[in-house]
Amino acid sequence: MLYTKKVIDHFKNPHNFGKMKNPDGVGRVGNIVCGDVMQLYIKVGKNKKKKEVIKKIKFETFGCVAALATSSIITDLAKGKTLERALNIEKAEIVKALGGLPPIKIHCSILASEALAEAIYDYLSKNNREIPKTLQVKHKRNHQGLEKIEKKWQKK
Amino acid sequence: MKKAKIYLDYAATTPVDKRVVKVMQPFFDKKFGNTMSLHSFGQEAKMVVEDSREKVANLIGAKASEIIFTSSATESNNLALKGIAFAKKNKGRHIIISSIEHDCIVESASWLEGQGFEISKLSVDRYGFVDPKEIKKLIRKDTILVSVMHANNEIGTIEPIKEIGAVCKKAGVLFHTDAAQSFGKIPIDVNKMNIDLLTASSHKMYGPKGVACLFIREGVKVEPLLHGGGHEFGLRSSTVNTAAIVGFAKACELCKKEMKVEIKRISTLRDELISGIFKEIKNVSLNGHSKKRLANNINIAFSFIEGESLIMQLDILGVAVSTGSACSSRKLKTSSVLSSIGISPLKINGSLRLSLGRETKKSDIDYVLKVLPKAVKKLRAISPFKK
Repeated sequence: MLYTKKVIDHFKNPHNFGKMKNPDGVGRVGNIVCGDVMQLYIKVGKNKKKKEVIKKIKFETFGCVAALATSSIITDLAKGKTLERALNIEKAEIVKALGGLPPIKIHCSILASEALAEAIYDYLSKNNREIPKTLQVKHKRNHQGLEKIEKKWQKK
Repeated sequence: MKKAKIYLDYAATTPVDKRVVKVMQPFFDKKFGNTMSLHSFGQEAKMVVEDSREKVANLIGAKASEIIFTSSATESNNLALKGIAFAKKNKGRHIIISSIEHDCIVESASWLEGQGFEISKLSVDRYGFVDPKEIKKLIRKDTILVSVMHANNEIGTIEPIKEIGAVCKKAGVLFHTDAAQSFGKIPIDVNKMNIDLLTASSHKMYGPKGVACLFIREGVKVEPLLHGGGHEFGLRSSTVNTAAIVGFAKACELCKKEMKVEIKRISTLRDELISGIFKEIKNVSLNGHSKKRLANNINIAFSFIEGESLIMQLDILGVAVSTGSACSSRKLKTSSVLSSIGISPLKINGSLRLSLGRETKKSDIDYVLKVLPKAVKKLRAISPFKK
């Protein structure tokens, strides 16, 4: 398995990892392919144009090198971005930012974008805000996937 | 400071011993003859191959004429299963294997299933032991072969081969054992242990890659997989790999001579490493039996973290090991051996195999005990589980 230098750098020194105190939104997702689990925390603030942006972001991940590296890079990609823009961070952007991923590990990058979407969903729903249709669909799918995985890991 | 480079993956492959390299050297450019040639070049090669056969046979109490050289343990296992299946198909079509066999046994068996054979899998207990009584129950009139590995490649469990062999002998069923992990590491006597066929590999015991053997007891008929010039008593046509065979034989000689001392030295290091890990790190558990395992094998589960990440973290620190985690396998499937012995999925994914060998020193163990707790701590700090 060959990882790019960028992947190894993020794996060695992950950015923004750990728990966040009093987050505005939390997203917890699981990867049904391999069972990796990621939890992502955000704090939302406003930029100069009064638009809502991701002010702070942190993650916790159980997973392989690719899962940790994608977790780390998405915190860089999302920080300072508006919520709309952050929701548009897809796997292609993540993989590109890491200088590529081995084909068998592409699925890891989906985990990161889903965790971010979940955290934004959590923020919007807590604040009784309107939630885009596509995000609602995504949330339903993510929720079901996570339930399946948590069950697997709880097995003694 | 020079970067540490500690290899603890001897169960995957071993370096070729320098003494082995030395005896192989002339057979690449000077003594390069084809064993089938009648001239002096050919005869020289033929003689040294026969001499090597004797040395390999010597390690397991077999006759030279009972050793077939092959290219890998995978080939030997394929030849054992398919060769016996096709030679015995008129007697019966039922084969028994254990549930913790190597892929090359499992896949050969499942291929045979597609050819109309029937495969039964023996379950194992929580340490990975096969119960010989279970075999007795599974043997039927049409059973033609039982295949149970000698020592497991992941957890090092040493199976009660002698007892299994006795059960098979009494029932008149052939018994094959895959000894890729144990050959050269622990004593084997094919007669005392009632073994009819045995697979051994060179690159797991300080010999070169590309050579292995299959012991086939005198009188046991095997259908060949490779047809051609009739090499290896007609059981394996292919030009003979003289240099590799010479190396394999030398490796056998060295293992025979040094085995007793090595077992003691390595098992002491193994136990130090295991107890050190348990002392330094919380939430760990040993996979497999604490005593009845290969002297060089350690398999430990580190809860809340994933194995591939742990391997890479250790690799960065200069320690090479392996894992049963799904993320590190090409099929994204967790270790079937660890699930067969009832290890939970979370623990399997955080399991590490450390296998020691000839070059492992006390200072290596001390270094691992220094860096491993740090690596685990770092990954646990990132993990959403725990706390």
